[in-house]
Amino acid sequence: MDLKVLIEDVAVNLLRLSVIELPRDVKEALEKAYHKETSKIGKAQLKAMLDNIKMAEEMHTPICQDTGLISFYLKAGSRFKGLEKVEDALRRAVRRATFEVPLRPNAVSPFTQMNTGDNVGLHVPYIHWSITSGDFLEITALPKGGGSENTSALRMMQPSDGLSGLKRFVVDVVIEAGGKPCPPTIIGVGVGGGPNIAMELAKIALLEPLDRLNPDKEVAQLELELYQAVNKTGIGPMGLGGDTTALAVKVNYAHRHPASYPVAVAFQCWAARKATARIHSKGEVEYLTHKV
Amino acid sequence: MELLHEYQLVVRIVKFHLETPILERQARKLKVGDIVYISGLLVTARDAAHRRIIQHLKEGRSLPFSLDGLPLFHCGPLVRKVNDEWKVLTAGPTTSMRMELFEDEIIKSLNVRLIIGKGGMGEKTRRALMEFGAAYGVFTGGAGVLAAGRIKKVKNVEWLDLGIPEAVWVFEVGSFGPIIISIDSYGNSLFDMVQYEAKKRMEEIVKNFKS
Repeated sequence: MDLKVLIEDVAVNLLRLSVIELPRDVKEALEKAYHKETSKIGKAQLKAMLDNIKMAEEMHTPICQDTGLISFYLKAGSRFKGLEKVEDALRRAVRRATFEVPLRPNAVSPFTQMNTGDNVGLHVPYIHWSITSGDFLEITALPKGGGSENTSALRMMQPSDGLSGLKRFVVDVVIEAGGKPCPPTIIGVGVGGGPNIAMELAKIALLEPLDRLNPDKEVAQLELELYQAVNKTGIGPMGLGGDTTALAVKVNYAHRHPASYPVAVAFQCWAARKATARIHSKGEVEYLTHKV
Repeated sequence: MELLHEYQLVVRIVKFHLETPILERQARKLKVGDIVYISGLLVTARDAAHRRIIQHLKEGRSLPFSLDGLPLFHCGPLVRKVNDEWKVLTAGPTTSMRMELFEDEIIKSLNVRLIIGKGGMGEKTRRALMEFGAAYGVFTGGAGVLAAGRIKKVKNVEWLDLGIPEAVWVFEVGSFGPIIISIDSYGNSLFDMVQYEAKKRMEEIVKNFKS
């Protein structure tokens, strides 16, 4: 068995699965929102989303034409054989998936404006590593659309702004974003560290299962409070008004410098596409988010 | 934000089935909250196509496609070529605000009667819709398969040199929708109404924060 070929095949599968079928937790959250929504227009939007999800699954077609800029989040066991081959295998997988699934070519040079045509370019796909013990490689594919990326926000707040300042900032950002990030969204909030750390934490928060309660009691309380607050804005599905502005708010934090208080907000659109699999050194593959 | 008048978030909902070309008087009947289904032709354009259309207008050159009475769809579709024929796999809207810079000129010069996108548009577009008699509607963002299901065929594609998402696609559609009218020719904007209401609610939201 060639591990490099296996990684490539699994990554192609993950990209295909992620763009065609939403994870169970996201589908359930949208269904729940549909039943609860009281705005007629909002309900009609949620209905279109649910119909679209079903059609995409039946027709094996990507849910949304914007199949995103592609990121991979890796948990790599230090004893996994062939770590040095992973990045190359992932780039090959993206190229293949672009033609096989297909994915929309979305990698554009910011200087020449030329599209590479295969979703591979400088630092794209983005690959995020974390090394752990064990002899497996866990890959999460996160193809993320441009609309929700464009409403991300970062503010270097004053420490004296405190928690209430943070909450206000998050709600302000959600109101300002309006319908642009395709609500109902999942909102990732990163607090502390530096600006890059806060945004990275906000993005990683988007990978959390929606139905899992944060094990840190205080953070769980903050998540709930923010969730209730943003849903009181009335922005609603697609920003057309309604009760459902966010499906969840997830908070991640780092310790901060005494003088800084960075807060980052990242949005994930309702078509919250992601897929995860674990490859063991011996070659077994487990798909963790989708039935294969 | 200043509004023309104090809105209430109660809008009428009337369903319209329109065939293209859409006439000015038909476009002027549409009001925010209405649901529209389109049959006939639909033309896509995103950032690069908008820029090129404006360039053509400036230089007095004619366009290789017509927008007269047609809906302009902010969309960069995902397509596949099967036996020399384009097949649209998924074709939902993209964020309209990026086209704000150009849209008023296009409405004015090319007789567009309906703009379809997502997320809303700004003041310049709102004024152009009022002045020239057109409307802006939202197709559910991300619902690209639903949209593609209403596209019967690709009638034409121009400016493919801009890349597949940025090219101008002319689609033949049947009952393309639901499209929610969000900015109408009376100057009403559903987005402004929702934002205005949200900002009003902000005070109470902040008051309820525990710390």
